[in-house]
Amino acid sequence: MVEFLQFTLSGAVFGMVYAAIALSLVLIWRGTRLLNYAQGGMAMFTTYVAIEVIYRTGSYWAGFAVALAAGIVLGAICERGVVRLTTGKPPLNAVIVTIGLLILLEGLAGILYGGQYRSFPAAFSIIGLRVGHTPIGVSRFDVFVAVAVLVTTLAFAAVFKYTAAGLRLRATAFNPTIARLSGIRVARVLTVGWALAGLLGALAGVLVSPSTFLYPNSMDTIFVYGFTAAVIGGLDSPAGAVVGGLLLGIVLSYVGGYLGTQGPDLTALVALGILVVVLMIRPDGLFAGARLRRV
Amino acid sequence: MIVSTLPRRLAVVIVVAVIVAFLSIKLNAFRDYQIAEVAYEVTAVAGLTVLTGLSGQISLGHGAFMAIGGYATALILLHLNWPFIVALLIAAAVTAAAGAVVGVAAARLRGPYLAGATLMLGVALPAVAYAYPATFGGDQGLNVVFTTPAFLGANFPLTRWQAWVGAAVALVTLLLLANLCYSRVGRNWRAVRDDDVAAALDGINVALARIRAFVVSATCAGIAGSLLAVITALVAPGAYTLTLSIALLTAAVIGGLGSLPGALWGSLLIILVPTYASDVATSHGLSSSVGSNIPVAAYGVILILVMLAFPQGIQGGLRRLVALFAGPMNRENEPVATPEHSEKEGSS
Repeated sequence: MVEFLQFTLSGAVFGMVYAAIALSLVLIWRGTRLLNYAQGGMAMFTTYVAIEVIYRTGSYWAGFAVALAAGIVLGAICERGVVRLTTGKPPLNAVIVTIGLLILLEGLAGILYGGQYRSFPAAFSIIGLRVGHTPIGVSRFDVFVAVAVLVTTLAFAAVFKYTAAGLRLRATAFNPTIARLSGIRVARVLTVGWALAGLLGALAGVLVSPSTFLYPNSMDTIFVYGFTAAVIGGLDSPAGAVVGGLLLGIVLSYVGGYLGTQGPDLTALVALGILVVVLMIRPDGLFAGARLRRV
Repeated sequence: MIVSTLPRRLAVVIVVAVIVAFLSIKLNAFRDYQIAEVAYEVTAVAGLTVLTGLSGQISLGHGAFMAIGGYATALILLHLNWPFIVALLIAAAVTAAAGAVVGVAAARLRGPYLAGATLMLGVALPAVAYAYPATFGGDQGLNVVFTTPAFLGANFPLTRWQAWVGAAVALVTLLLLANLCYSRVGRNWRAVRDDDVAAALDGINVALARIRAFVVSATCAGIAGSLLAVITALVAPGAYTLTLSIALLTAAVIGGLGSLPGALWGSLLIILVPTYASDVATSHGLSSSVGSNIPVAAYGVILILVMLAFPQGIQGGLRRLVALFAGPMNRENEPVATPEHSEKEGSS
């Protein structure tokens, strides 16, 4: 029973990281109908920026803030400088362009920072918390991870719901043509969407790197699971992204915990299993709305 | 450029075969190895370009089918010691079956959902090798013994034989694929891609057409995996990573989606550019971490630039070039614009 609680809680923490990546994908998908395969690479790059700042200044929080800012800037640059140019071309071109961006970012990280594994500091203690004498499977830092993602998600939800900028983002996601006719500068809104996605990715990178180490490919696996979480939840649904992330994180934690030595090797297979089961029942994800198909 | 009848296709295949044979004798062992690499790459990319370009289904997990083909070949050669050609055919049959299973699931999914499912397949399946090391050799993988046949003499270089076998298998596969694409099967794929409802009203079994495309495509990937196994003399999970699956899709799109010559251009680019770039980097005496990563960064830049400069891929660019020079003279050869499904109207 204690074990079950431990696996659930630690899985939920990883799930929150997947949720952050999934949310960033959903943000971009809703705005541009494009899956950003460079999301993991962008997160990896901003985490390297964070580690540099932390080494130079000695302050974790300075690195944390700079990483988030770098995420915003990098997201905006990628949209304005590269992805924007694929507008009006076949959709797969944009996919390959984001894959090219991913490869470029991984190459740049290797050139600038080298390929070796680097440890990344955690903001708080990573020693497991205890209730009475029983360890509950999560540390102070894990609590921070969950809270940070949760607060950011809620803040985003509030911005989307209650601010004029949020309304513009939603209008653009709903229908870019009508949004433009209503006087919204759609191009600018798309850049803002990418910037916000960059921020979420940067947050995920900083939060997950203490447990994965940092190297040019370090975010690949996290990206795959974040993508899977977004697909499980339904790419149009921010709530689905969070639910998908939590579901995936918790189930994979059980697999890793209960299946013994084979567990870690089978997590990807189990993730595939969850994905297939969900998609066979709901082909557009758990939180898909009714879909209009034109003949 | 459009080869439309069997004799013309056969002629092209023979010309390419002669060129490959000539190059393999003229060039050194490393270049022979690269010919073999291009051969397996183009086999897999051709299958994928048919799947995505003609039937409209994306796959980010074709590396998984290559893994199935590779491990099937390795296990047959290791335990049964049958000739390679038999192992190749059995590997193709096994991946065809796997493709049918995946295809049934894939026929229900579209766009990013199919991309997500196949991506996870590409990540998950090779991990099975880690989970069952007794059968699949775990991290180390399985060794594959592949030698030159006795009649070529003892001094015949192995890499040249590998290049020959690879090129022969690739060319036969491409010839069969080309015939299939221009048959009723291929027409049905295009109909389903362009409008599945209209295709269904025309009496085409949409689900069956989609599944069939997946089977054909997976079979090509399985054959490619089988070639990869004998070319590298090893099957290990490290060879069938996400990077491989993504490189296959990249080659298909860069070359020109749905075009078999395009599959060749894309494969050449994917195989040759990284080697060329690292040659340049090492010859300029760059430090190892910089030198080994400049090709990676350059590769990323090239992907972006080609996609922006040639929206229809390299083959599309060539077609436009040909049309530019030959355009006024023969109008019927004008390039037919492939339909572009933009899910949203231009948004900036």
